[in-house]
Amino acid sequence: MGVSRRPCYSRGVVTEANTQFSDKTNLLTKVWDVHAVRELPSGQTQLFVGLHLIHEVTSPQAFAMLREMKLPVRFSERTLATVDHIIPTLSQQRPLADDLAEKMMSAIEKNCAEHGIRLLDPASGQQGIVHVIGPELGLTQPGMTIACGDSHTSTHGAFGAVAFGIGTSQVRDVLATQCLAIAKPRVRRIDVMGKLASGVYAKDVTLAIIRQLGVNGGVGYAYEYAGPVIDVMSIEERLTVCNMSIEGGARCGYVNPDETTFDYLRDREFSPQGASFDAAVRWWKSLASPPDAIYDDRIEVDGNAIAPSVSWGINPGQNIGIDERLPIPADAPAEERASLEEAYSYMSLKPGDPIAGTPINVAFIGSCTNGRISDLREAARIARTGRVAPGVKALVVPGSQTVAREAEAEGLHEVFRAAGFEWRLAGCSMCLAMNPDKLVDREICASSSNRNFKGRQGSPTGRTLLMSPAMVAAAAIAGHVVDVRGVL
Amino acid sequence: MTAIDRIEGRACVLRGSDIDTDRIIPARFLRAVTFDGLGEHAFEDDRIQAKGDHPLDDERFAGASILIVGANFGCGSSREHAPQALMRSGFRAFIGKSFAEIFAGNCTALGLPHVTLDADDHAALMDSVTLDPKQQVVIDLEARTVTSRVGAVAANIPDGVRRQLLEGNWNATHVLLEAGDAIEAAAARIPYLADFPS
Repeated sequence: MGVSRRPCYSRGVVTEANTQFSDKTNLLTKVWDVHAVRELPSGQTQLFVGLHLIHEVTSPQAFAMLREMKLPVRFSERTLATVDHIIPTLSQQRPLADDLAEKMMSAIEKNCAEHGIRLLDPASGQQGIVHVIGPELGLTQPGMTIACGDSHTSTHGAFGAVAFGIGTSQVRDVLATQCLAIAKPRVRRIDVMGKLASGVYAKDVTLAIIRQLGVNGGVGYAYEYAGPVIDVMSIEERLTVCNMSIEGGARCGYVNPDETTFDYLRDREFSPQGASFDAAVRWWKSLASPPDAIYDDRIEVDGNAIAPSVSWGINPGQNIGIDERLPIPADAPAEERASLEEAYSYMSLKPGDPIAGTPINVAFIGSCTNGRISDLREAARIARTGRVAPGVKALVVPGSQTVAREAEAEGLHEVFRAAGFEWRLAGCSMCLAMNPDKLVDREICASSSNRNFKGRQGSPTGRTLLMSPAMVAAAAIAGHVVDVRGVL
Repeated sequence: MTAIDRIEGRACVLRGSDIDTDRIIPARFLRAVTFDGLGEHAFEDDRIQAKGDHPLDDERFAGASILIVGANFGCGSSREHAPQALMRSGFRAFIGKSFAEIFAGNCTALGLPHVTLDADDHAALMDSVTLDPKQQVVIDLEARTVTSRVGAVAANIPDGVRRQLLEGNWNATHVLLEAGDAIEAAAARIPYLADFPS
């Protein structure tokens, strides 16, 4: 076979574009066709996975299944591992204080060693949240198919990759065959029109999209994000938007690769280098959806109308602009009323009240949604304007060790500490309650993470208000939800 | 693998839409290297808060093997622990208004049929089983129907998933391996993988 067994973490080489497409083919279809091994009897596609990322939570059972089936890892060089969900952010001294966490760490170390898979652990200096390190190391590239046992794998679509969150049995499938059995999604183009006002961030754009289309509006679709607002976004902002595709029900979301993408990738550790980079750019350009591409659906979102947004309920679609009042269940369509009432009962908020002024107990800045350097810079801008309010616990958790080093080189950690925020080690932290960072009892947390589900942040009765990192920092200082535009 | 063409049993009615996988199995139970023991923690926090008034604790539904749910069931995290927990607590199939995509894929991979009903049929089934939880509910994948005291109604399931279950091909690893060398051949055609001199 003519396939190179070059590791996904080596500097890749890209051939000239070798596939011709009609001039109206969208990116998803092109990438799909390039990676299709065959059509399966079920009608699904056997899709080759170019980059497989694994972490400690959803992989151990997959390795166990592989062992049971007596199968090797087929392309061990196309899988890369890190540890993020269970890793503590105060001390990562081994053995970890939590026996269960230590067991999971040992399991991924053992599995990676046994199967020849590269593991970026804390000692590597490159550990971090899987969706932060893939992009920053240049592993994530346009035109790739990417899979990871984590729903926020949609993040990687920011580069024009087709990236899916998968379950553990599918992790087994990829380890054993480097393929997925998967149905091709339909594509919905979402044009975000106009221009964002000052104090309005990528997080607000994604919250606005989910509010408009609903938390299940994207089921069966890949979202192609485009339009003037997306065009001028940095890669990090696009990562935030693509990250929350799954919160809108879309398993995958992407942005067409452009000069912003190529500039970001140039000279990253695992990007193609030199002439290979130029060849890669030519291929990447050929993948972008043309202006008259065909889609299954198209919608527009008015970027001019987006305000700093805050979730108030128990799913990310239940969010409003900071100037708005909480919705009245009686005004909502009948099928939504039960949901709204359940949310009010859990959150102890009142219909018709403003969200501004809601007191908070905890502020969390971090996660695969908003734990990158640009997020920390924006939060630090706000942190410079005051001190964390008495009684508020405020955490800043860099998304990776690389982000941490960058922030420290800029002195951001000192800015945060001086303002009364705790500066932690890289990990998923308080996004998901699998490590010591958790809410207690009915605490309310202003959070830059992605999910406000019941119990999500570790207390079965804890409450989450999703917002941008700048809004979280502003809330930490005020002690309650405030409009960041009044602080900037 | 076993072909799955029919699930028959009593059903449990769990109302509400957008029930996420964090509720189905809270994250703290994912701190483990196996799926063992997840069954007893299904919906744990919801059940504690309902103080016994949760469908999974309702004696009338005891022994149910089919879970009837609302819209967008299983949204959120990709954790296969969610269908694993429900399977290990005794459920063999799901009937809903709609399912989140990753959850549905995970169910298929475990051989758990998940069918959707049109709104009226769905409401009628929920009401009927609530009134008479002792009745038998039958999911017939061959006929694409759900039969209960309401009668036989059309069950929706993607063709591919139905075929996988009916043919016993729901463990995708076996099916994917059948491609043999075609996998390496496909990889050789992918520009960023092809063995091309730099």
